[in-house]
Amino acid sequence: MLHEPAASSGPDNASDYKTQLGIIMFIGYLLIYAGFVVINIVNPVLMEKIVFCGLNLAVVYGFGLIIFALLLALVYNAMCNKREFDYNEPEDKGGK
Amino acid sequence: MQMLPIILFVVFVGAVLGLSFYFARRTQSAKGYFAAGGNIHWAVNGIAFAGDYLSAASFLGICGMIAVVGYDGFLYSIGYLAGWIVALFVVAEPMKRMGKYTFADALDAKFNSKGIQLVAAISTLVVSILYLIPQMVGAGVLVTPLLGLPHHVGVMMVGAIVITIVATAGMASTTYVQFLKGSLLIVFSIVLCISLFNRGLTTEPDQGGRVPFYKYETIKAEVVGDKIVPLDKMAKNLRQIEYRGKTFVKLQRKDTQNWWYKTVSEEGDVLLWESQSEVKQSDKRIIINGSPISKDNQLRQVGNLEKIRGKTGEEAKTGRLSPFEFLANFANKDTVIRRWENSSFEDGQDKVTVFYPILTPGNKIMRPGLKFKVQGTPLEKLDFVSLMLALFFGTAALPHILIRYYTVRTPADARKSTIVAIAAIGLFYVLTLFMGLGAMSSGVVNVTSSNMSAPLLAKSFGVFIFSAISAIAFATVLGTVSGLIVAASGAVAHDLLDRFSGALKSDKHKVLAGKIAAFSVGLIAIVLGIIFKGMNVSFLVGWAFAVAASANLPAIMMILFWKKTTAAGVVASIIVGIISSLGLILVSPSMYVRYGLDPATAPIPFSNPGIVSIPLSFLTLYFVSLMTQKKKS
Repeated sequence: MLHEPAASSGPDNASDYKTQLGIIMFIGYLLIYAGFVVINIVNPVLMEKIVFCGLNLAVVYGFGLIIFALLLALVYNAMCNKREFDYNEPEDKGGK
Repeated sequence: MQMLPIILFVVFVGAVLGLSFYFARRTQSAKGYFAAGGNIHWAVNGIAFAGDYLSAASFLGICGMIAVVGYDGFLYSIGYLAGWIVALFVVAEPMKRMGKYTFADALDAKFNSKGIQLVAAISTLVVSILYLIPQMVGAGVLVTPLLGLPHHVGVMMVGAIVITIVATAGMASTTYVQFLKGSLLIVFSIVLCISLFNRGLTTEPDQGGRVPFYKYETIKAEVVGDKIVPLDKMAKNLRQIEYRGKTFVKLQRKDTQNWWYKTVSEEGDVLLWESQSEVKQSDKRIIINGSPISKDNQLRQVGNLEKIRGKTGEEAKTGRLSPFEFLANFANKDTVIRRWENSSFEDGQDKVTVFYPILTPGNKIMRPGLKFKVQGTPLEKLDFVSLMLALFFGTAALPHILIRYYTVRTPADARKSTIVAIAAIGLFYVLTLFMGLGAMSSGVVNVTSSNMSAPLLAKSFGVFIFSAISAIAFATVLGTVSGLIVAASGAVAHDLLDRFSGALKSDKHKVLAGKIAAFSVGLIAIVLGIIFKGMNVSFLVGWAFAVAASANLPAIMMILFWKKTTAAGVVASIIVGIISSLGLILVSPSMYVRYGLDPATAPIPFSNPGIVSIPLSFLTLYFVSLMTQKKKS
């Protein structure tokens, strides 16, 4: 067959939830990322402002985007795991 | 030629090949070859993701760019990492559920369309080849100083090793190669940063006592008529040239003739800054800083802090620093960095390149603006926006990344892999800022190529670390190139020969076709890596991201989320995405420089096509899909 996955996976009743959650989190992150881009083109000098422990806004915002991505990913994973546990049959939790 | 780097190099490559042959015995089926049997553990896959993703552009290119222009290089780190958000939240799970071996399979899962199979395979090939070029160029850049071999030999060596790895075991061995590479890269980068913090900052870096600090001079001058006359009686103006708004003066001073760079201070003083120069004479002789090139007369490595928080000399030395203190010193407005830029012009029959210093305050270094003109015209700002867009949307559309989703068992494992990847990659990108700034301030920047900044920074801490980092950087190239070749060979063997043309009947034939395709693509990569010698690696990777974001991502996202997507819409959007992004790149100011033309005459004012080609591709898919809806009976 042409369109089978490399490994078989059972039905996923949490799929719609995970997709919606992913979109919401993506939009949330996109807004923060867009904020970074907008500040740089509208008021780039603001990025020089020292905001934390001698670090300027550019560094704090840049590091923040990286750390925020990871935190968001961890929250997403936790919420998806819970949903999969609640909604899928035992052999589908984690899938085969 | 030093032996330690060579020994480390040989040991490392031997280990990589050994892994490859070990896993080769376990690869019998097409499933095993293309998607590692679906049995890679998610944590291993996550680090392998990182190893795959952190290519020569990340390690060499970003650190090099930060070393030369400061924070603007870090924008690539931010954008590259942010792209994983699209990969995880939008693409990861749906793609795993849809596909079999390749990106084209995922796109075609719904339609079984010959058109999609063809254009998706072509798109995979185009993006993979664009991404391959900077890796092979990076290989030449690394091997030349390490082993003393010419660029093309380095490229051929990488090509031969990678073809061996990929043709023997496909995805399985590339996964473990990339796991190894990713782990070592991150561990080593941490070691280098800790070394930097322990050393601290100084205005007179001497690479741990290995290379005496060279203090460049500045002399005052006056303008008499239209001639610049140095006030230093030992200096005489031999020649002066105006080029694109800059003035360079060739001075006879002491025993040498060299080019100096003229500026005017805020107080109105005319200043001449000692520079470096490379003159290629019409009789093919090369003159460096006024004397013929030789083993003892080469362009000097540069980069130092002129002032640290307003202080110079002994008073300025910081001693050991914490990571925050390290960055805070750079961001201080009373810190001044001596950066270097260059201009090339003709002086009679000679081709002259002058590498001149520019003193830049720390607060300007540590925010965007030196490379991307965020304070420029609206069109210049658009270039910055376009870059951030392409980086953000390009990651999820890279075929050699997407294919890795199929190497784990379940959608949940694909998710976890991506999270591990984000953590590893995020950590590495934070470290790039420290390594880049470290190189900027340690007197290790090569004025002709910033790509070597990270390895040369390591060299300033000793030969062993330099050897290790060079071997790891080489493995970086090995890992990325092997992943790209697997993706490209999958496109040729699986998508074009098997699904599109139906030419392959058995699993055995499919595996053989994959290996022949890997060999052929490897050969192409070798040739291109030689042809594109000297090109900036980050710039080339930017091409790949822009084309991926334009050609692949609209199709992926619309298939996942818009039920009215049709096969014709997908085909049209991929074609439009490839043509528009590549076309815009080829007529951009950056390419005009490469053609030898004045970039101001380029038909478009920006170098990053994403802001045009990505929306264009989305719109094409939307409208063509609406026009080709199947009528309900």
